[in-house]
Amino acid sequence: MLAVSAVLGVLAIALAWPVPVVLARADWPSRAPAAALALWQAIALAGGLSMIGCLLAFGSAPAGSLPAAVAALAPYLLTGPLPAGFGVAEIAALTLAVAIALLLTLNLALTAVRAERERRRQHQLIGLLSHPMPGDPRTRVLAHPVPLAYCVPGIRTATVLTDGLIDVLTADELTAVIAHERTHLDQLHHLVRLSFRAWHSAIPWFPIANRAEHAVITLTEMLADDGARRAVGTGPLRGALERVGDAGESGASLDGTSGADSDAAMLAARLGRLDEPATPPPADPRGVRAAALTASAVLVAVPLVGYAVILGIVP
Amino acid sequence: MASLGELERSVMEVLWTSDVALTANEMRDALALRDDAARMVATTTVLTVLSRLERKGFVSRSRDMRPHRYRALLSREEHTAELMHEVLDRSADRDAALARFVGTASAGEAATLRRLLDELARH
Repeated sequence: MLAVSAVLGVLAIALAWPVPVVLARADWPSRAPAAALALWQAIALAGGLSMIGCLLAFGSAPAGSLPAAVAALAPYLLTGPLPAGFGVAEIAALTLAVAIALLLTLNLALTAVRAERERRRQHQLIGLLSHPMPGDPRTRVLAHPVPLAYCVPGIRTATVLTDGLIDVLTADELTAVIAHERTHLDQLHHLVRLSFRAWHSAIPWFPIANRAEHAVITLTEMLADDGARRAVGTGPLRGALERVGDAGESGASLDGTSGADSDAAMLAARLGRLDEPATPPPADPRGVRAAALTASAVLVAVPLVGYAVILGIVP
Repeated sequence: MASLGELERSVMEVLWTSDVALTANEMRDALALRDDAARMVATTTVLTVLSRLERKGFVSRSRDMRPHRYRALLSREEHTAELMHEVLDRSADRDAALARFVGTASAGEAATLRRLLDELARH
């Protein structure tokens, strides 16, 4: 049990710091964004499972398994004394494991409820304020001068453009923008983003959580760009990005926040990868993709095997 | 037959363009003059739509006298500002559940817009 605890502890630490840092700096994710997105999810999931599993394994080591530890501790939980073999460290580890698990699940639930409420309000407002785009009833147009496009996910979805955007883009560029938003909706990017936002808000002081969320947002934007490229080709997408990108440059100097800086960096990264051909995919991503997907599967499998040991399913 | 959503939108359009609070009958007449799918609806339908809009917080009803009079709680511009505010706020703090295309790029306009919105809020 202590060996399981040690392995999971090492994995948890690796996934909390060095691995995300290396991945955030790597340049292959822009060529294989789907695989990179899978890897980020595997890192977050395996990291959380390992951290909790490490504490559970350590805390239940005296009894040999978690069910046995619960059976041994339950009668004495309120009255004491501690059964033989259990010390303060074990109890602290088990308590911490439960606390972390609760924090993460409650935060996810809270974030999901909040997003759902926001989404309902958005749908109400969109329904009242926008009108369907001529020739494309699934797209709604909002009378506002700020150029903006976004989508509202859910069972009922909406893609919204403003008058301001329609004014500055050509017809092809608009089609690219709409295809981009549709890709977000079709690939359910909001669910990935939601889980990383919840993770970030559960541990806001942890810089890696911020970096991971930013990487995930960038990757989903790139995947949506690929959807737009498949639909209308590279030219219109580049045109749309560049045209609204100009506004972004001036904006960055105007309010000078770090958010605007990282937005400019993201835009540069999205534009940079458009220079590479979309189809057929360059040769090396295929190997990279396979490696990333294998790594994702292994990362999640290790803590799951650990849990099998902790629960006493595997001796 | 117009959908409930379209009817709600038409009713709000009527209320937004009216300077005074309206009764359901007056609204039915105003809808009949409009050139969209919502023309020719019964007063009871208008009342149903109004109570839905009231529940959602878009319409207020004065019960001082009969028939009740209805008016829009906020102007169309204020609601649009609310909507844009939500989307732009999300893009600024990267708190993005909803995907956006420009969001990132419109930081400058976002700053301008926020200033305008703040001025609006102070009135």
